Amino acid sequence: MSRLPLLLLALRDPGRVGAFTAADWDLLMRQSASMNLTPSLLALLEERGLLDRVPAPARAQFEWARPLALRHGQAARFEVAAIRTALRPTGLPLVLLKGAAYTMAGLRAGRGRLYSDLDILVPKARLDDAEAALMLHGWAATHHDAYDQRYYREWMHELPPLQHVRRQSNIDVHHAILPETAPVRPDPARLLAAARPVAGEPGLAVLAPHDMVLHSATHLFFESEFDKAFRDLLDLHFLLSEFGAEAGFWEGLVPRAHELQLGRTLFYALRYARRLLDTAVPQAVLDAAAVHAPPAPLLWLMDRLFERALLPPHASCADAFSGGARFLLYLRGNWLRMPPLLLARHLFHKAFLSPRDKPAT
Amino acid sequence: MLTVASLGRAELERRLGGPGLDLRTGAFVSRIRSRIPQVAENISLLYADNPLQEEGGFADFHVRLRPSRGLRRWYRPQVEFDVDKLVPFEPLPLSNAFPMLEWALNWCISTRAHAYLMIHAAVIEKNGLAAILPAPPGSGKSTLCAALVHRGWRLLSDELALLRPADGLLLPVARPVSLKNRSIEVVREFVPGAVLSRPVSDTAKGTVAHLKAPAASVARMHEPALPAWVVFPKYAADAPTTLEPIARARAFMRVAENAFNYSHLGAAGFLALSGAIARCASYDFRYSDLDEAIAVFDALERPPT
Repeated sequence: MSRLPLLLLALRDPGRVGAFTAADWDLLMRQSASMNLTPSLLALLEERGLLDRVPAPARAQFEWARPLALRHGQAARFEVAAIRTALRPTGLPLVLLKGAAYTMAGLRAGRGRLYSDLDILVPKARLDDAEAALMLHGWAATHHDAYDQRYYREWMHELPPLQHVRRQSNIDVHHAILPETAPVRPDPARLLAAARPVAGEPGLAVLAPHDMVLHSATHLFFESEFDKAFRDLLDLHFLLSEFGAEAGFWEGLVPRAHELQLGRTLFYALRYARRLLDTAVPQAVLDAAAVHAPPAPLLWLMDRLFERALLPPHASCADAFSGGARFLLYLRGNWLRMPPLLLARHLFHKAFLSPRDKPAT
Repeated sequence: MLTVASLGRAELERRLGGPGLDLRTGAFVSRIRSRIPQVAENISLLYADNPLQEEGGFADFHVRLRPSRGLRRWYRPQVEFDVDKLVPFEPLPLSNAFPMLEWALNWCISTRAHAYLMIHAAVIEKNGLAAILPAPPGSGKSTLCAALVHRGWRLLSDELALLRPADGLLLPVARPVSLKNRSIEVVREFVPGAVLSRPVSDTAKGTVAHLKAPAASVARMHEPALPAWVVFPKYAADAPTTLEPIARARAFMRVAENAFNYSHLGAAGFLALSGAIARCASYDFRYSDLDEAIAVFDALERPPT
């Protein structure tokens, strides 16, 4: 990396914002707005007592974002309570994933984080029960197209997204963290077995720390769209920093990744969190994860691709190769999620048959 | 203080075509970039008194207007708008470039500045007391606003009431008044010497022209005002002038319906709005004659505190 974007410099070492010029702040606020990260940056600066060092015009923009973050947290809690009520008759615990899990578990990664969907995990055998219970409480399937229904139900790791008929809130009901068609199958039963209750929130659970990190990494490194990638990398950074302070976390991380067939994924997560956000990872853990590294020429290529695609999607963070890197990773993401023939069939259907089936509007 | 007028046309065009023109309108600085001649022409005409920020500073919004490329350069030329490379709208005919800039700036504020409760309303002030005029398009709000601000009232904004929850004050935006269709002629006749942009006839809203904000209103762009009245104007041809009080709860709901971000603000939005409504007298106002309308506004009584 020749020169890191300002947003990365500020996140790595918040103290240096004290020396930022007006032009630096101008760019910093634009980079963070490109990812909806203004509330996260605000939370970080407040935590470090640095808000007084922010010049008035940038400070005003932080104040524009503050009500959104507050309202978002409130709405998320409300939706989680509604889902918990809906699922109660099924006897299923409500296992939250990603953003909602960070918020409800009170994790650093949840502070100021904005997300549009709530993700939950249920055992595959109980999917129908969960879907029926949610429908009774107003969440209905959004993808009515027969092919989309089949795509989700047969090949994906989640139901077609459900949307509440009155509040328009979205739930993604997962039964696994990777599609059925992906080459590796982290066993969801293991994730559910290790899930932990949320203190003070009866009936609510989140993944265990190792699994939370691994799921976040899976989400990022099996992805084909990279517009939110930097936010996911920042999640990883916060999760690793927070859990890393707990006894036993680092020792168990690589073995757990191995157990869930996610060694390569963890290797990438640690590598790029460290390279881009300077995340503190013990050398022994890096060495252990390096067993899962790809061959040197492939790693050389991946560095060049990921260190572009993982940056904020702001023009100031892009170079001549950024578009190409994102395109190659788009191909890679799809390739990883579906075997080639199935993928070809899926893309063919989406390109030529789905548009034909759409009723004329 | 550097203003658009004192900058000179050549330097204005250089900034618009290059690093951007950092235009201050009340609480906001917009960095505008465009090489389209009518954009420079209208900024020079309608924002003449607005202050500029020196180059290389901090701007709130980074907007750019440019002609669409490809075939559209020759065939029915279009203008494209982006905010920091993000394109929120479809392109419009090139003749709409300046109205598009105005709509774009409204969009920038109303989608981002959530530190304020933002209401789709005109705001005017006299003797330290402000009237909020919320209204859907077609109600004659802008016509009335244009007339009032040339008869002794100060313009805070024609489109956006920014209510600050912390102190319940309204903040000025200091930008031109947008006039549509017949109201363009009405204002031209009513306000001698009105500075109006050349009307653009092929917009989605019909013919549109913008009226320059009075210099005195622009000069006071940092001076907030206390809300005292909420007036829902309704132009009705040949109607007698009537001013009917509205119950507070009803006024609250009607203003909330006209707010851009009432639900985003949650409890803070409720408190800000109920505070303002409690302080204000609220009315339904029907008018057809501008002189009579102004007389009614001038006679508005300070609500009891």
